[in-house]
Amino acid sequence: MTALKLTNLSKSFGQTEVLRDINLTVEEGEFVVFVGPSGCGKSTLLRVIAGLEDATSGTVEIAGKVVTRVPPAKRGIAMVFQSYALYPHLTVEGNMGLSLKQEGQPKAEISARIAKAAAMLSLDTYLARRPAELSGGQRQRVAIGRAIVREPDLFLFDEPLSNLDAALRMNTRIEIANLHRSLKASMVYVTHDQTEAMTLADKIVVFRDGRVEQIGSPMELYNSPANQFVAGFLGAPSMNFVPANMLGGPKSQIIGIRPEHLRLAETGPLSGTVQHVERLGGDTNLLIQIGQPDLLTVRLFGQHDMAVDTAVHVDFDKSESFVLDAEGQRLENTPPE
Amino acid sequence: MPGQMSRARRNPVTVAAMHGALIIYTLIALFPVFVILINSFKTRKAIFREPLALPNAETFSTIGYQTVFQQGDFILYLQNSLIVTVASLFFILLFGAMAAFALAEYRFRGNMLMGLYLALGIMIPIRIGTVAILEMMVATGLVNTLWALILVYTAQGLPLAVFILSEFMRQVSDDLKNAGRVDGLSEYTIFFRLVLPLVRPAMATVAVFNMIPIWNDLWFPLILAPAEETKTLTLGSQVFIGQFVTDWNAVLSALSMAILPVMVLYVIFSRQLIRGLTSGAVK
Ligand SMILES: Nc1ncnc2c1ncn2[C@@H]1O[C@H](COP(=O)(O)OP(=O)(O)O)[C@@H](O)[C@H]1O
Ligand SMILES: [Mg+2]
Repeated sequence: MTALKLTNLSKSFGQTEVLRDINLTVEEGEFVVFVGPSGCGKSTLLRVIAGLEDATSGTVEIAGKVVTRVPPAKRGIAMVFQSYALYPHLTVEGNMGLSLKQEGQPKAEISARIAKAAAMLSLDTYLARRPAELSGGQRQRVAIGRAIVREPDLFLFDEPLSNLDAALRMNTRIEIANLHRSLKASMVYVTHDQTEAMTLADKIVVFRDGRVEQIGSPMELYNSPANQFVAGFLGAPSMNFVPANMLGGPKSQIIGIRPEHLRLAETGPLSGTVQHVERLGGDTNLLIQIGQPDLLTVRLFGQHDMAVDTAVHVDFDKSESFVLDAEGQRLENTPPE
Repeated sequence: MPGQMSRARRNPVTVAAMHGALIIYTLIALFPVFVILINSFKTRKAIFREPLALPNAETFSTIGYQTVFQQGDFILYLQNSLIVTVASLFFILLFGAMAAFALAEYRFRGNMLMGLYLALGIMIPIRIGTVAILEMMVATGLVNTLWALILVYTAQGLPLAVFILSEFMRQVSDDLKNAGRVDGLSEYTIFFRLVLPLVRPAMATVAVFNMIPIWNDLWFPLILAPAEETKTLTLGSQVFIGQFVTDWNAVLSALSMAILPVMVLYVIFSRQLIRGLTSGAVK
């Protein structure tokens, strides 16, 4: 059964079209990540799925039922908000139990579910505290706990990690992945961070300006992006785009090469001077001036002593590069292996 | 910026200057109240001879208070004033907050126009409509009832209340309200339990702004409810101010007693201005 199915979904605020003709499905138990730059409509889409906004046209199906006229609380969803959105006047326990109380669940059932969720998220000792007395990471876990206790058909996460610091973000990311494994629940997760998308997703949906650019597994998108936007958005550091005429191709085309597929060589089709060196310990990124506005990024494995202003030649495997037309659409004649 | 605050606190010169300025300001603000209070306990001659002197054995007198309690029903006037002020504030806050929530939260046709219409009253003084209001009150038989005053003051306070509160309600996190909706709370619960506590400081501000003009108003009590049993304190005190003779003892005593209830209300509202519960709700 499909957990979520969107058909020809569009949403406008007055004259501005925020979502345009979106079609996608989330299978049961699947972890789907919506990724795209800020302002592309991801949160709006999540709110439409949750029933907090009405779609201008198109339908939303959750667990096989069209839910256009169903209020948010009855859609079988639970949502984790970017700003946590905990109820300030309730304790952790009250925050987690409120939705069940509203549903009219028996007291015993409510406390059993809260206990289970609290144990899962190591919140047992904080149940009597109010949100004001918790750290950011703990608040985030309460927000996730509030979603878990509902045992929904579909989880919706709106950038849940964006307010956490880097170390906590990684831990919570792993926690969410574990949660998905142990609950086997269907999840939709929104982020603008490509690392989160790549590491968490079974399936990624890339958005731009309210439109779906491409749908696929992380490796499908990485290995075979449909266009320049997807190619540039996924992968860090992001892909280099070089005018094809610098490499002996037609003027109208663009060649895309990932930084890790470039290497320094005695001779090579590209040459320039090193403008900046980023030493990350495990990797070294060279930023090379090759006579075009964008610097060329070369990612070398390991540590390298490279001085700024050194003249270098860069080579790559044609089979690992992508040919794009002037509009940024990928041309099919270069299947990279 | 707690860091800056504590640094400022540590420097003794800054501390002294800050406290000095605040103390001077307090003295200036309290001086008239102080003069009224001390003179209310003096004989008429002493009031005029040395207005700034404290009452001593020779000049001490409670004649003003005696007059106030003998002439007219002071306690009833006080009660009327309190009922009118508190009830008006209650309705201003309740309806003002509800209208503000609707304007801030829901997108509907004419939202902007409605907001402008409700805010228009800020610029048009309600007294312009006095004649029409009086006719309306006569027609509905509300003349010489406290309801007449409560209704007029509620109407008078609503525009500013809606204007200020809707601005604050727009700042309440959408995520919080949406979380309530996903959890199955009704719009009323979201309004009363989630949103109102978060805009409490703004509500207190609106209450303080409205309280003093209502308490001190002479115009509408005189026109709409001048009967003995509906007189407010301000109106009741007017008997001591004559065209030719003014009983200053009585006027000062009545004023002294009129200050107290407003002070109590003010303290209650300003407590609400202190945030605390709100932190940790979002982020
Ligand atoms: N209530 C609204 N009214 C008008 N425009 C809105 C509203 N909500 C969002 N938008 C617009 O929709 C676009 C997408 O917003 P959003 O869904 O929050 O993006 P994202 O979550 O991808 O960063 C933005 O340009 C934003 O200004
Ligand atoms: Mg967003």
